Amino acid sequence: METAQLTGTRPAEVVRTQGLHRLLVAAIVALLFAGGGFLLHSEAQGEVIALLAAFVAIFVFAERLSAGRRAIALCRAHPGTVNLAAAVSVLAIAAVLREEHYTLLMMATVALFATAAAGLTLQMAFAGVPNFAGAGFFAIGAYVPAVLGGTGIPHLVVLLIAGCAAALLGLAILLPVLRTRGHYAALVTIAFGLLLRSFLEVNDVLGGPQGMKVPAFSLFGLSFARITEIGPYDVSFYLPYALAGCALFALAFFVVRRLETSFVGLAFDAVRSDEVAASVFGLSIARWKATAFLIGNAMIGVAGALYGMMNGFVNPNSANFGDSLIMLSILVLGGFGNLWGAVVASVVILVIPEKLQAIQEYRLVIFALLVIAILRFRPSGLMPRATRDLSALAMGGQR
Amino acid sequence: MDPGLLAQYLFNGLMLGTIYAIVAVGFSLFFGVLDVIKFSHGDVVAVGAFSAFGAAGLTAALVALPGPLALAVGLVAALGAGAVSGVVIGRVLVLPLKNAPAVNVLLATLMAGTVLREAIRLAVPNGGNPKPFPALLPDGVLAAGSFSVGIDSVIILVGGLAVVLATHLVITRTRLGLAIRAVAQDDEVAQLAGVNFTKTVLGTFALGSMLAGLAGLMLGLYYREINFNMGILLGIIGFACAVVGGLGSLIGPILGGFLFAGIQTLATVVLPFTSAYKDVVAFAVIIALIGLFPTGLIAEKSSERV
Repeated sequence: METAQLTGTRPAEVVRTQGLHRLLVAAIVALLFAGGGFLLHSEAQGEVIALLAAFVAIFVFAERLSAGRRAIALCRAHPGTVNLAAAVSVLAIAAVLREEHYTLLMMATVALFATAAAGLTLQMAFAGVPNFAGAGFFAIGAYVPAVLGGTGIPHLVVLLIAGCAAALLGLAILLPVLRTRGHYAALVTIAFGLLLRSFLEVNDVLGGPQGMKVPAFSLFGLSFARITEIGPYDVSFYLPYALAGCALFALAFFVVRRLETSFVGLAFDAVRSDEVAASVFGLSIARWKATAFLIGNAMIGVAGALYGMMNGFVNPNSANFGDSLIMLSILVLGGFGNLWGAVVASVVILVIPEKLQAIQEYRLVIFALLVIAILRFRPSGLMPRATRDLSALAMGGQR
Repeated sequence: MDPGLLAQYLFNGLMLGTIYAIVAVGFSLFFGVLDVIKFSHGDVVAVGAFSAFGAAGLTAALVALPGPLALAVGLVAALGAGAVSGVVIGRVLVLPLKNAPAVNVLLATLMAGTVLREAIRLAVPNGGNPKPFPALLPDGVLAAGSFSVGIDSVIILVGGLAVVLATHLVITRTRLGLAIRAVAQDDEVAQLAGVNFTKTVLGTFALGSMLAGLAGLMLGLYYREINFNMGILLGIIGFACAVVGGLGSLIGPILGGFLFAGIQTLATVVLPFTSAYKDVVAFAVIIALIGLFPTGLIAEKSSERV
């Protein structure tokens, strides 16, 4: 309907409508982010509940009403505008809340868990390789700066090494994971996670059950822990971490989206949906699964390293099975394969229990029931992944 | 090494192996009839243990029962609670998700386990801490040289082995067992032959979960202490035993259970510097075994599973 109208109008008007659409998309995104920032910052119970109710209302509106559905379609049609508006909104939120330690800590945590979820998305949602040891690889990433942080290696390189370390340790279970499927592959990763945790607990070299201290991240000799003001403004020392976390997520987002739209993503989808058919078409199952598994683990490792540096310590408990389940819940709740969904789910799962003290005690039960309900009644998650649409290519290669 | 100590290790290994085998058989039964993994199984063990704990505690507060009767109360509570939670999870969660991807079922049942675990923690007063389990079995020690073992432990071991044998008989000799085996082989043909699919599946869930409840009681009696999160590790170990032994068979998981306990015990004996590495070694061996034998040690006949 939209396109039919567009083709009938004159070029100048097309440009104007397009511009208007972009503006509308940017406004929607900015509004949503503003609400999210408010939620992160708000302390009063009444405010939090009102905000949550508003978000639920928006969600229902976008799902049920045709105007809402058109707004979603519009956002899907302008991904570049969405991303730009999101980046600007994040910077604006960071600028406004520059002195709030706790809010910025939450923001960084959400960004880093969303980055880890991006890695898991690559593995589970695209290539179909189960990984029930997400927290394990996250913790491996955090142990690397704990060991290497004081050695004078630039910390950006340490982040890279952390990614490589997570990928390399994942290599240890690559063979059993590739040889098995479904439950069996899941069991291999679960067993690896438990093995890793009990190893870290009994091994004195890595600090045993107490864990290790992790030095603060420093960029080009500038330690994040010592940043207390930028120019004339006083800032929280969590501000650089929040920005770095968001930058890391942006990078992960870029990589995952690029892979998804390239031939690699097509190969992943083919391997996941039908191994036999994919191999008939000449795709190497083992190669693509291994690719997804290694890149995904590397992403989780890098996110874990920055998280460890922000917290200042890491212990074996960060590799526990419950945390791996929380990462998976983020994936399921957001919608398998949708990275914006992962961001929303990270906020739901990490921030809301902190905000609503009333549910603190019951949060695990509530999440468990939520995930069960989603799996039972809406298996594609809150924000389902968009179906791959290649019709534009078929009709002459125009987007 | 001192033979008495060695015998002690052997006894412990046998005890662990029996408990693992009982849990693993449940996994294998569920997989046989429905081709799903019900990962809340480990937490059903905890539910069984806490039900027995609660029932024994309540009755002891009301009337002073003689030992065997108190044990019977605990046993009935553990079996009943196990069966009920198994059937409810099967009915509400596993059957409707029968055709969903394997990972979804895995995640859903893991979360059901979390619900059970948290329910115990929140419902039992001070539930986050370990609870002392009442001694329901007679005291006394059997000693032979430097080897000594409590009579209660012997009773638990013999009882456990008897239960494993009884399960085998139920599967091979009764009508329910026949139906279970028929559904496991081909559920559509079984239904054509007049087997009630839903009833059989729920019967299997009841049977397997009763075993889990019993395992919980045995653990409580043996270690004299229960904990709300005792099910996580036990569930994963049981699943691992079932997979290594061969899901869907009955002998396989029993073999896997004793194998896993054997590896753990061996690691404790051979690596004396710290027994803490026993789990590390056991899980490493599990990963290696799955890599080497992706269909399990005793492969299901005519299987295209892995």
